[in-house]
Amino acid sequence: MSRLLQALFGRLPIGWLQLTHSRTRFAAALAGVAFANVLVFVQLGIMQSMATATLTPYGFFRADVMISAPDANAMAEGGNVARQWMLQAMAHPEVTSGMGLFLANVNWQRAGEGLSLTTFGIDPAQPEFLAPELAAKTAPLQMRMAGLLDRLARGLPRDEAAGIRPQAPLSFETSGQTLTLYDSFAGGGGFGGDGYMLVSDQTFLSLFPGRSSAAPDHILLRLRPGADPERVAAELRGLISDKTLRIRSYAAAAQEDLSYQQTQRPTGVIFGFGVLIGVLVGIVIVYQVLSTDVADHMREYATFKAMGYGHRFFLGIVFEEALILGLLGFVPGALIGGGLLTLMGRITTLPLAVTPGMVLSVLAGTLVFSILSGAIATRRLAGADPADLF
Amino acid sequence: MQDEDFPVQARALNHWFGRGEARKQALYDIDLRIARGSLTVLVGPSGSGKTTLLTLLGCLREVQQGSVILLGHELHGATPALATALRRRLGFIFQAHNLHESLTAAQNVMMGVQVLGRVDKARAQAAAAHVLGLLGLSERLDYLPANLSGGQKQRVAIARALVGNPELVLADEPTAALDRDSGANVVELLKRLGQARGTTTIMVTHDNRILDRADRILTLEDGRIVGDEARGG
Repeated sequence: MSRLLQALFGRLPIGWLQLTHSRTRFAAALAGVAFANVLVFVQLGIMQSMATATLTPYGFFRADVMISAPDANAMAEGGNVARQWMLQAMAHPEVTSGMGLFLANVNWQRAGEGLSLTTFGIDPAQPEFLAPELAAKTAPLQMRMAGLLDRLARGLPRDEAAGIRPQAPLSFETSGQTLTLYDSFAGGGGFGGDGYMLVSDQTFLSLFPGRSSAAPDHILLRLRPGADPERVAAELRGLISDKTLRIRSYAAAAQEDLSYQQTQRPTGVIFGFGVLIGVLVGIVIVYQVLSTDVADHMREYATFKAMGYGHRFFLGIVFEEALILGLLGFVPGALIGGGLLTLMGRITTLPLAVTPGMVLSVLAGTLVFSILSGAIATRRLAGADPADLF
Repeated sequence: MQDEDFPVQARALNHWFGRGEARKQALYDIDLRIARGSLTVLVGPSGSGKTTLLTLLGCLREVQQGSVILLGHELHGATPALATALRRRLGFIFQAHNLHESLTAAQNVMMGVQVLGRVDKARAQAAAAHVLGLLGLSERLDYLPANLSGGQKQRVAIARALVGNPELVLADEPTAALDRDSGANVVELLKRLGQARGTTTIMVTHDNRILDRADRILTLEDGRIVGDEARGG
């Protein structure tokens, strides 16, 4: 290591020698950086899981434009949309088809605990509105009181969910009616419910007699291939008589839902602050480690300065230390952070995991803040007379 | 060429410590010229300003009032870049050894070579080993300072100051930690460098053995030069 750094810097690897001089202090410094990394990883992981959980239901459907009620900030929020607007939208030459999407929570009272399933009612005759995995499984939904179950739903034994097949269906009672599950798909519990269920619109209306087929929760539209969803959405806003409706491209609706969850909902704001605090604590730890090291070596640095070493030399030493601490502290930090997230993911069945993007941004952040801390820590050296530093 | 004959010149040099009410003058109207290749000793009671003068002449402290011309360059108002460049042409031996605890004896001395620019590692090592050998430390090249005696550490610090072939050596009580023989050896080395290379030495010391070998003895008292005695050396 020492020889490698010597070749790299073309000088004695003073930073490395200085850091490793006292093994216990080096270990403590690395532990500090690793701890900061763990903190940021866990907070980022939770933040990321909320994004994943928010976007999961959008992944069930294939649509270009979504028409929602004025108060529908999120997929599961807001009132109904009259079906007549779908017919108006179909008048647009680039709209090829439309489907009403119904949405409500179904409680599955199981031995011990209840399972809250976010249930979508769709038209099984229009599988083009479903993601391929779901579209292939819509056949049983033609039957009355049939459903597809999210096999990753929280509180559902994995083998029980995996055993559900068209040949081996599973039935349960909800609000006095019997629902039969014929197949399963991969969803995953979010912050709003334990999992998902997919039924036909007819089944949905039987489950919720108060709802009307004329008023779904959202209207999904498919466009002619090649059409620009943003442009068509804008044109539909002019075309449809009800100007209070939210008519957005499907992608924009998903993004707005996500930013609503992150900035308007308390959970999102709390997790956002978690990331911020994690980053701040991380910066403080890295700065503390490096500035203590600079303070401890002030006499030596003063001597070097008296010998004619310039400020770039000291920056070089501190950057060398910052890189060593940042890189070596990152490895255990990422491993422990990833392990903790996996563990938390198992307990909560939230989609918690370390993504490559997180690894890169935490590593880059660690190095940037290490180097910045080093630069700040050496500032006292820059202006001082060597004679005043002894 | 005046500047070449006198690597260090000071004129009307005053210096203060502290600010405002607490401001206290440490040096008064210092005028001196130090001849090239000479060994000059500064003596005087503690607090008389010897170390302050030495650090001012050696570019380790900003000149507040008056003039110091070091190796032909005015230090009053000198840019940090000029100060750094001049420091590379000096060898400063501090009262405390100030060795880097994480570097071996040889590595500490190599720091005195590397300051001059990118140097081949083998040549820097050879130079460090040579100077350490002159100071009787051939057997201690790879020792960390923690494993050296006080006198050995001081000799490593002296080697570090001398390895870059300085034009001017400034030394603050360099022999305080040394035994009689080592101290005499160091002074002989500095005298030899003066004769062979014209290296000028200014030294603060109380050591009588060194006074006998000095070319010139300046006495400071309360920040003023009160005695200037030329010796045969």
